[in-house]
Amino acid sequence: MRRRPPAVLIVLGCLGLALFVVPFVGLLARTPWRDLPDLLTGKVVTDALRLSLVTSLMAAAISAILGVPLAWLLARVEFPGRSVVRALVTLPLVLPPVVGGAALLFALGRRGIIGGPLEQATGLLLPFSTWGVVVANTFVAMPFLVITVEGALRNLDTRYEGAAASFGAGRLTVLRRVTLPMIAPSLVAGLVLTWARAFGEFGATITFAGNLQGRTQTLPLAVFVALESDRSTAVALSLVMVAVSLIVLVALRDRWWRAL
Amino acid sequence: MPRSDRARPASWRYRRAVPAVVMMVLTACGGSTGKPGVQGSVLVSAAASLTDAFAEIEVAFEAANPGVDVILNLGSSSSLRDQIIEGAPADVFASASRSTMDQVVAAGGVAGGPHVFGHNLLEIAVPAGNPAGVTGLKDFADEDLLIGLCAAQAPCGAFGREALQKAGVTPAVDTDEPDVRALLTKVEAGELDAGLVFVTDVLSAGGRVDGVVIPDEFNVVADYSIAILVDGPNPDAAAAFVAFVVSAEGEAILDSYGFLSP
Repeated sequence: MRRRPPAVLIVLGCLGLALFVVPFVGLLARTPWRDLPDLLTGKVVTDALRLSLVTSLMAAAISAILGVPLAWLLARVEFPGRSVVRALVTLPLVLPPVVGGAALLFALGRRGIIGGPLEQATGLLLPFSTWGVVVANTFVAMPFLVITVEGALRNLDTRYEGAAASFGAGRLTVLRRVTLPMIAPSLVAGLVLTWARAFGEFGATITFAGNLQGRTQTLPLAVFVALESDRSTAVALSLVMVAVSLIVLVALRDRWWRAL
Repeated sequence: MPRSDRARPASWRYRRAVPAVVMMVLTACGGSTGKPGVQGSVLVSAAASLTDAFAEIEVAFEAANPGVDVILNLGSSSSLRDQIIEGAPADVFASASRSTMDQVVAAGGVAGGPHVFGHNLLEIAVPAGNPAGVTGLKDFADEDLLIGLCAAQAPCGAFGREALQKAGVTPAVDTDEPDVRALLTKVEAGELDAGLVFVTDVLSAGGRVDGVVIPDEFNVVADYSIAILVDGPNPDAAAAFVAFVVSAEGEAILDSYGFLSP
């Protein structure tokens, strides 16, 4: 026979749930259902959706390519200043995104310490370009991947890697055939978090990459602009973001969440 | 009788009145300049281009009315209009565009006014030294330059596009910034080659930004208006603030920042 949960927990839990549910109800209540098909096929929406998907996926990919090695170094190698490096990696998590965007501008902008020479040498300019959006997204989202993977690596039983090494596997082979498969659930969970963070990024994008439809105006920026000029489009854009996010989360279900 | 009562003087009974008496004495001895009775905070939602002028007006108004604290809420007139229509508490609205103010009036949000208190003209802002050699609106069509405008729904964005249309220029825009000050900051930092802002914004940036004048036949006049809002928390202070802005002293401050008299 099951006992009923404590009343206090039920009440507080329901209040917490309401905090999440009520805004969505508000959004659905304001949706112009009849105009929705037209709104969803408008250029503003399709441009923003395409940009958001492309830049967030690229940011997740770059985060994986750069973040997994970084996480491995942080977890396995004792080097001087390791705690400082770990703090630096975590910094974008606590930094207000606009501050992150401003910092990126100071470093990679036309007058930036790296951006200036880069433009002189190669003609490549990151601000106000789609690649700028990717950089901004990667900056704010990569810490999620590094932290998740580092945590998984630390909790890993290293005896399997030791066994593989004793069978003659080189270090990179061990990484590829033993370590990564073992942390796969955490890696996937980290990638999803990273992608989600990049998908929703606003402050760093608008500060560093600017706001131009078709080039840098991702879904969050498009909602921000549309709120002031065309409320119905803003609601349609918001619904698209909620729908995409829900699809991803439902696709994950319990399998990968447990690894977080 | 509890022990604590016994040793106290009779005046102990009136101890709770002491703070109230002290406050009354202090208030009576307080400054006598300015309107008596105007107290509390007054929340002023003002267009971003009014940042510096209204900061000085805030100081002058608070000096003349010691009991009042002016709280400035700055942003693009279109986002402020939305806040007001959605019911955000504010006492005063100062807008850079007639149409935005008219929309607030049409929504029934205005209790007193609007009064036009100044005008502004557009100007091209370029980084100090004009590194890209921008000479006029026609340069806005240059694909190789990094051009910034305000977002179309912000006053400077709407007026800017109107001016470009008058000049027959199709701009190669690289970014639509949310408000005029965000645009000015990027021009100042040299990240943009040119931006369309107000004359007052170029002035306020001092030597950090250079201006390129727009000929009168292409330029657009922005009418700034101010109004007392319905359901504002402090209508008395709101009325006093609006009266101050349109007074000779307020107009003198606005003049000094480059605003044209009404």
